[in-house]
Amino acid sequence: MKKYIGKRLLQLIPVLLGITFLSFAMMRLAGSDTVTEMYGDKGAVSQQIIDAKRAELGLDRPFLVQYGSWLKGLLTGNMGVSYVSGKNVFQTFVSKLPATLLLTALSIVATVVISIPLGILAAVKHDRFTDYFLRVFSFVGNSLPNFFVALLLMQLFSIRWKLLPVISKGTTVQSAVLPTLTLAIAMSAKYMRQVRATVLEELNKDYVLGAKARGVRGSVTLWKSVLKSSMLTIVTLLALSIGSLLGGTAIIESIFMWDGVGKLAVDSITMRDYPMIQAYVVWMAIIYVMVNLITDILYHVLDPRIRLGVQEG
Amino acid sequence: MSEVTVRKQKLRKNTVKMRLIIFGTLAVLLVVCSFFSAYLTPYDPYLQDLSIAKQAPSAQHLLGTDRYGRDMLSRVIAGSRASIFSTLLLVAIITALGTAVGVTCGWTGGWVDTVLMRISDVFLAFPGLVFALAVAGSLGGGLQNAIIALVAISWPKYARIARSQTLAQKETQWMKAVRLSGSGTGKIILKHILPNILGPILVTSMLDIGTMMMELAALSFLGLGAKPPIPEWGSMMSDTRSLMTTSPWITFSPGIAIFIAVMIFNLLGDTIRDYADPKSRR
Repeated sequence: MKKYIGKRLLQLIPVLLGITFLSFAMMRLAGSDTVTEMYGDKGAVSQQIIDAKRAELGLDRPFLVQYGSWLKGLLTGNMGVSYVSGKNVFQTFVSKLPATLLLTALSIVATVVISIPLGILAAVKHDRFTDYFLRVFSFVGNSLPNFFVALLLMQLFSIRWKLLPVISKGTTVQSAVLPTLTLAIAMSAKYMRQVRATVLEELNKDYVLGAKARGVRGSVTLWKSVLKSSMLTIVTLLALSIGSLLGGTAIIESIFMWDGVGKLAVDSITMRDYPMIQAYVVWMAIIYVMVNLITDILYHVLDPRIRLGVQEG
Repeated sequence: MSEVTVRKQKLRKNTVKMRLIIFGTLAVLLVVCSFFSAYLTPYDPYLQDLSIAKQAPSAQHLLGTDRYGRDMLSRVIAGSRASIFSTLLLVAIITALGTAVGVTCGWTGGWVDTVLMRISDVFLAFPGLVFALAVAGSLGGGLQNAIIALVAISWPKYARIARSQTLAQKETQWMKAVRLSGSGTGKIILKHILPNILGPILVTSMLDIGTMMMELAALSFLGLGAKPPIPEWGSMMSDTRSLMTTSPWITFSPGIAIFIAVMIFNLLGDTIRDYADPKSRR
């Protein structure tokens, strides 16, 4: 087990290097740097001043050297200052992160509450009316873009029925309802299908038939055996869908004016605030990679079949 | 296999065939309509007439008019071009690029394979739209850049499928026969490998059309795709959000158009998967 974790951590290094390099290179490709941003719209600034400033900030050094010092800054939390506000990029990012993590956590809870029971129900009622109904529901949810869902919910709950605020007023319970619901609807539609497929696969195994033949009640088999063995896959799939959630929050946060990193990223993109975008991309990717790694390791710890396989090998 | 099972399977196959015909026709119809959208609009989608601005849906204007008095139905139809065509182009590019990379990796092996696969690992390490947002943001808006952004995040999936399929084909007995018969690498790949691996890849791309359409619309919604006044469904929705309180039809008509188009392509994709691989259907 330790060997496995060690191996996974080693594999992480090239991926992390790749992520940081790509994020760095991309913003360089954008063809703009701090100096151009500083003097760009101020008209005639002599080339000498620009060159001097470049040298001062180290922007005249070779590309890889600049990447190295940027990487060092990334590790020490020094990612430069925002072009727009002049504030420290990393601190701004960290200050907005809790709101996004809260929204993500709430959406995951909502997704679990909605989709696991419904997915199991659909699998149990396989090919009957309930199953068809739930499948249509999940299909429709899968075909709705989340910004459309967001606007629909806003129209119904905030404008028509006036139950909830149109835009969020800070991170309160009331303002969290609609963004959470929007994210949960999109995710549940996809996830319910996966839960249904997993449970159905387990239900079709021979031991279920055997239990039935021995007169074990269906509900007992379902709760004691089927769900127990499908749970591991279900939890893993949930953890893996966090990625789409992290990306999806950007658009939802900016629609509902939820003050998290997603909205920060969209605003930064509109204002071409490259250091801010860079921080967002790099840190979201790092968080995502870490979540995936933890999921993989947990999966190995929890599943005896895989665990034993590793120890043998 | 009992007769009942055989009969059941036959019945199921017929339903799948039926669905394939229906959804295939709908999808083709949608694509053809979007191609000829310029001739199908009842009014000029760019023609402004402020005297009839923000009119609710009526017999003259089935979906109402927007804030400049432009006919919404015409704009939604005209928008199909940007939305549907760009999506199809996008999926075609991803499929071609991913397959090319995957076949190269699978066939050559060695360090080329290792390097390309590690690169694809890095691209896969970015969550969902996050990377696309950054690419579109660093290149600036525009439909073309939105397509580049989505290609950047989507090719690794196809490269992986193509690679594993190529590897499987490479190990078959008949591949050895082909090689013994003296065919060159180019001929083997084009005539023997590609036709055999294209099935699963095309099924994946059909399944992805709906998702890609939504992601492209999402980028446009954020102002990183098609720019107004070009009608595109995503940007039309974000453009008119402020009017949602008073004239919701302006905001929601393009949304419903996206929903219908995505649904048709999703239904078609699911059906094609069921048709190609009957086992996956439950």
